Amino acid sequence: MVVFGQFLEVLIGGLLAGVLYSLVALGFVLIFKASGVFNFAQGAMVLLAGLALVRSLDFMVARGVPVWAAIVLGLVFAGLIMAISAWLIERFVVGPLVNQDGLTLFMSTIGATFIIEGAAQLIFGSDVYPLRLFPTDAWFLFESAFPGGILVNKLDVWGGLIAGILVTGLAIFFQKTKTGRALRAVADDHAAAQSVGIPISWIWFVVWLVAGLVALVAATVWGTKLGVQFSITFLALKALPVLIIGGFTSVPGAIVGGLLIGAGEKLAEVYLGPFIGGGIEYWFAYVLALAVLLARPQGLFGERIIERI
Amino acid sequence: MIRKTLALAAAAIGMTAIAEPVLAQQNEQFIPLLVYRSGAYAVNGVPYANGVVDYYNLVNERDGGVNGVKLTFEECETAYATDKGVECYERLKGKGPTGAAYVNPLSTGITFALTEKTLADKIPIITMGYGRADSKNGSVFTWNFPLLGTYWSAADIAIQHVAREMGGADKLKGKKISLVYHDSPYGKEPIPALQVLAQKHGFEFTPVPVTHPGVEQKSQWLAIRQNRPDYVLLWGWGVMNGTAIREAAAVAYPRDKMLGVWWSGAEPDVTPAGAESVGYKALMLQHGAQRTPVHADIEKHVYAKGKGITEKDKIGEVLYNRGVVNAMLGVEAIRTAQSKFGKKPLTGEQVRWGYENLNLSAERLKELGFEGMLRPIKITCADHEGARDGRVQQWDGKAWKIISDWYTANQETTEPLVKDVSAKYAAEKKITPRDCAKES
Repeated sequence: MVVFGQFLEVLIGGLLAGVLYSLVALGFVLIFKASGVFNFAQGAMVLLAGLALVRSLDFMVARGVPVWAAIVLGLVFAGLIMAISAWLIERFVVGPLVNQDGLTLFMSTIGATFIIEGAAQLIFGSDVYPLRLFPTDAWFLFESAFPGGILVNKLDVWGGLIAGILVTGLAIFFQKTKTGRALRAVADDHAAAQSVGIPISWIWFVVWLVAGLVALVAATVWGTKLGVQFSITFLALKALPVLIIGGFTSVPGAIVGGLLIGAGEKLAEVYLGPFIGGGIEYWFAYVLALAVLLARPQGLFGERIIERI
Repeated sequence: MIRKTLALAAAAIGMTAIAEPVLAQQNEQFIPLLVYRSGAYAVNGVPYANGVVDYYNLVNERDGGVNGVKLTFEECETAYATDKGVECYERLKGKGPTGAAYVNPLSTGITFALTEKTLADKIPIITMGYGRADSKNGSVFTWNFPLLGTYWSAADIAIQHVAREMGGADKLKGKKISLVYHDSPYGKEPIPALQVLAQKHGFEFTPVPVTHPGVEQKSQWLAIRQNRPDYVLLWGWGVMNGTAIREAAAVAYPRDKMLGVWWSGAEPDVTPAGAESVGYKALMLQHGAQRTPVHADIEKHVYAKGKGITEKDKIGEVLYNRGVVNAMLGVEAIRTAQSKFGKKPLTGEQVRWGYENLNLSAERLKELGFEGMLRPIKITCADHEGARDGRVQQWDGKAWKIISDWYTANQETTEPLVKDVSAKYAAEKKITPRDCAKES
């Protein structure tokens, strides 16, 4: 019973950790789905959003603004910063590269990463800034059945709820709205979309803005977990195997991929790690992703690409 | 004729303009600074680098250099990456009139990569409180100086403290002690010493690796919750430290049963976790977060002239102080070397002699403004560590409080390991150990 309880604890913890990875992966999916660009800058956008939020929050609280009002205003300010950065990226980075191939656009996002990371730290500072938007303690469930109970972290549960709301909202946006359909058309073919009157620069601005807002949401959860600091950019690396498994174009795929990666890596670390030296979860996630690639190159939920030669 | 005279005059002025900086350069001692002001570990790298720079500026501003020889330095960004660290070293080692006086890699990984290069280049490699623990043996590691304490000394001090809390070394038998460590050369370094100590005292030792940079540690802490160790030692750096404290709180592991190494005991390690950090303990590499007369000098001679590099309220923080201490030891090594080789810019080889003969008494430390921060240190050919003392501090939510008396690492435990591992290194690299009895 004890062993089963411990297994359940690791499994639940892994699934919830996976949802937190999905929050970052969603930003990648949005940009890829709408523009065919793999956005290397997503991790940097999480950092920028987090810094804008936490610094403005600290600024207002220090001047006596009530905490609830400071949170609302801080979120608005950070959203505004993400809107400005979306406009700048569209105007100066990806906009001039319309109709270029995917690799060119990808390279441009690498450049954008360095600029965003540098500018964010230059403007908002490079210390560790604590952020407390969600509770970080834990529940201990089923204590009568399992000695010590099953630990479930409240922050992870909040992350899961937020991810659920985000996915629902984004799914509706992509499937049911005119702008969402236009985004998908642009992703299929820039030139064809332009030829039928879709304003590509406006569409790209919208998609980078939405990705920026998703980054802000990820920053609220991860910032609470780690404190807002440069290392938050490394989350992009945790999101990669999630994307490979879920597919680069599927919003629900990002969630399922996150669940599989989270549970897989945690179970592997706890039960397999001690036999092979530990510290395996990082590469184990990529092994899982590789296994999926061998069976389904487009990921579990990705679109199968058929091209006429 | 007039044209010729004017041309000659212009040439003479030009030559003087060029010659002056050249002459000035000839009386400068160059020190390369391998820093990380960006990347995952910048939060810890920045205050350390600021302390180093402020102290060198203090020596130049207050004293006009070391016996009239100005200190010059150039930063190179490593981002804590070994490849970049080696690149920085190669770029800077030949600068200045006599090349690099010494190099501080500020990374155990970079230290491993540079150890053989510095041997070939005859440049001392200073690893204060980090680096290869076996390099304490100066007869084999002529150019390495792990000043003030190696990780094996740290491991011994940590176990001494745990034993004291438990009521004596005999109480360690049958207890469980886990090491949560950064899965890198740095984090792995204390493991051999802890294995020896586990055997000696009869406790169960479990190493728990965390992958760089340490933003995700849920599985490690769930494993700790299941294993229920009596004590957790933390060998982290950067974001890993704060995350470990957070995760410990999440699994309800008591923070006062956690003891970090001296690289896991600075302000950026505890502030992100807020109240969850209260009770967390860490070793001190002698000094803590404090202000002594040297800080007043820095404010008076550097900051008052607008040459300070950080915010004034950061002066005196743990990692800032570590940078100041490191720079001071370097300056005093140069001064010691000047007593033998003359008051002029020195080569790395000459500065190495200065390090090996460095002897700072309590009186001298007081003169330098470090009273209360450091105990006397004496480096010899056989002992490149020089001192192996430490204390324990505890975070109370606002500041670090010193909670122990001084500990001195027990060489009976660590010395056989040093001799064994360094002898293997010497055999592998075909190094003939120096006879320290004949060195002066």
